[in-house]
Amino acid sequence: MNIKFHIQDLNFYFNNNKVLKLINFEIPANIILGIIGPSGSGKTTFLRALNRMNDLESGSRIEGQILFDGEDIYSSDYDVVALRKRVGMVFAMPVPLPMSIYDNIVYGPRLSGVNDKKRLDVLVEKSLTAAYLWDEVKDRLKTSAMRLSGGQQQRLCLARVLAMEPEVILLDEPCSGLDPISTAKIEDALTELKKEYTIILVTNNTKQAARVSDYTAFFLMGDLIEVGNTGQIFTSPNKTETNDYITGRFG
Amino acid sequence: MKLISEKGVKRLLMITAFSAISALLLIALFIINEGLPFIFKYGLKEFLFSSDWQPHLGKFGIYPMIVASLWVTLGAMLVGAPLGVAGALFLSEYVPKSVMNIIKPTIELLAAIPSVVYGFIGVMVLAPIIRDNFGGPGLSLLAGSIILGIMILPTVISISIDSILAVPRSYREGSLALGATTWQTIHMVTIKASKSGIIASIILGMGRAIGETMAVIMVAGNSVNIPHSPLDSVRTLTANIALEMSYATGLHRQALFATGVILFIVIIILNSIASVAIRKRMVKK
Repeated sequence: MNIKFHIQDLNFYFNNNKVLKLINFEIPANIILGIIGPSGSGKTTFLRALNRMNDLESGSRIEGQILFDGEDIYSSDYDVVALRKRVGMVFAMPVPLPMSIYDNIVYGPRLSGVNDKKRLDVLVEKSLTAAYLWDEVKDRLKTSAMRLSGGQQQRLCLARVLAMEPEVILLDEPCSGLDPISTAKIEDALTELKKEYTIILVTNNTKQAARVSDYTAFFLMGDLIEVGNTGQIFTSPNKTETNDYITGRFG
Repeated sequence: MKLISEKGVKRLLMITAFSAISALLLIALFIINEGLPFIFKYGLKEFLFSSDWQPHLGKFGIYPMIVASLWVTLGAMLVGAPLGVAGALFLSEYVPKSVMNIIKPTIELLAAIPSVVYGFIGVMVLAPIIRDNFGGPGLSLLAGSIILGIMILPTVISISIDSILAVPRSYREGSLALGATTWQTIHMVTIKASKSGIIASIILGMGRAIGETMAVIMVAGNSVNIPHSPLDSVRTLTANIALEMSYATGLHRQALFATGVILFIVIIILNSIASVAIRKRMVKK
């Protein structure tokens, strides 16, 4: 199987706080990896390390390596902007940019120099359809994205990432503020999308990880406790901590 | 007992608030009361659009001063607005927060320098440089514009920074996560989202420039004429009032008050535009 990310001896610090402790594992291509664990366990930090969004925090420091398609993304001459084009991200809070629905979608492609109107139109329809949003907004693409409901905004954010045609999509608790129907729509979209993309999904909702992910990783206090097939993790975990967490004994 | 002191505090604060408003009203009434009769007597058109300002002959056309005020203000904008906005963008987007927290108050200190000091620097440093390099008397429209442009920097920078920092961090992250560079994020997202605040800062700076008196008297030359080049000596509306009020009597004195009325109206218009721009931003959020 094709490996997308190699994480080797990864330690991560904010100032003197060690947030991730000696993480080692591999993320294969074209799967959904669910990352679960209580809040404060380093899930989001790990996710944001994969597209170097942690660089924006002052006092962040990394040890070890993250190889993306075999290249060290933290080496000094690695192009961060290009990395973020290949590794898209959807945040916990739906944050459309303050412009129209259409402009939100074509924002990324325009930055990469796509200006052909026809091609952009096709891209908009394709990515909105893939995010299960096209039917709801096709008649009002020029209205402000701020007018959409929370669930629609989050699907717009997903569509916006899809329009970049990335290789990997990182999702940071994308459904934490959404109702069950919007959540179901996003989960459907993800299952559909893993054919073309590698998806890494951080979630506080263990059931969601059980529903959609192929692999599950369990983080606790900055340690990677266990990673494996979702079925195995949820039915016969190797570690007692994992078992305690998924059965709801703590967290 | 508690209730009484509670009411007393409220009363006290109310009196303070109203006295500020009534001071403004009184000033407005006073200027209008002194100035309006003259405008009716002399004729608004003649007053605004005649170029003849010869108080000893009973001619009061303030057209050259209006033109001079507008040019000096425009010049100050051309100097101050780009520098101010660029400075604000640099400080808020490229510099670590700790550094900005030192530099921003320092820039705001510029506003604490008395305007006569700016004028003094203009006379001693700027005017000779202009005279030696470009010709003309040195004390000129150009000198006035540059000095005023520097004087409005604290206003423009400080208010622009505040409105840029008010742009939600999530906008920037969203844009950067889509593979935008810092500059692409600034000009496609940050500036767009903080546009009305930046415009308001420029308009407030403009209000300051058009109302400034002392520095302009010192560096602009003060001859009453319609400028044909930036190197010409000019007299602004404010300078005209300040220079002649001390010896003006009768109709001349009223004409100066009427000049004040015109200035007052211009500044009210500018401030209204600014507050509309700021309110528009609030509504959008």
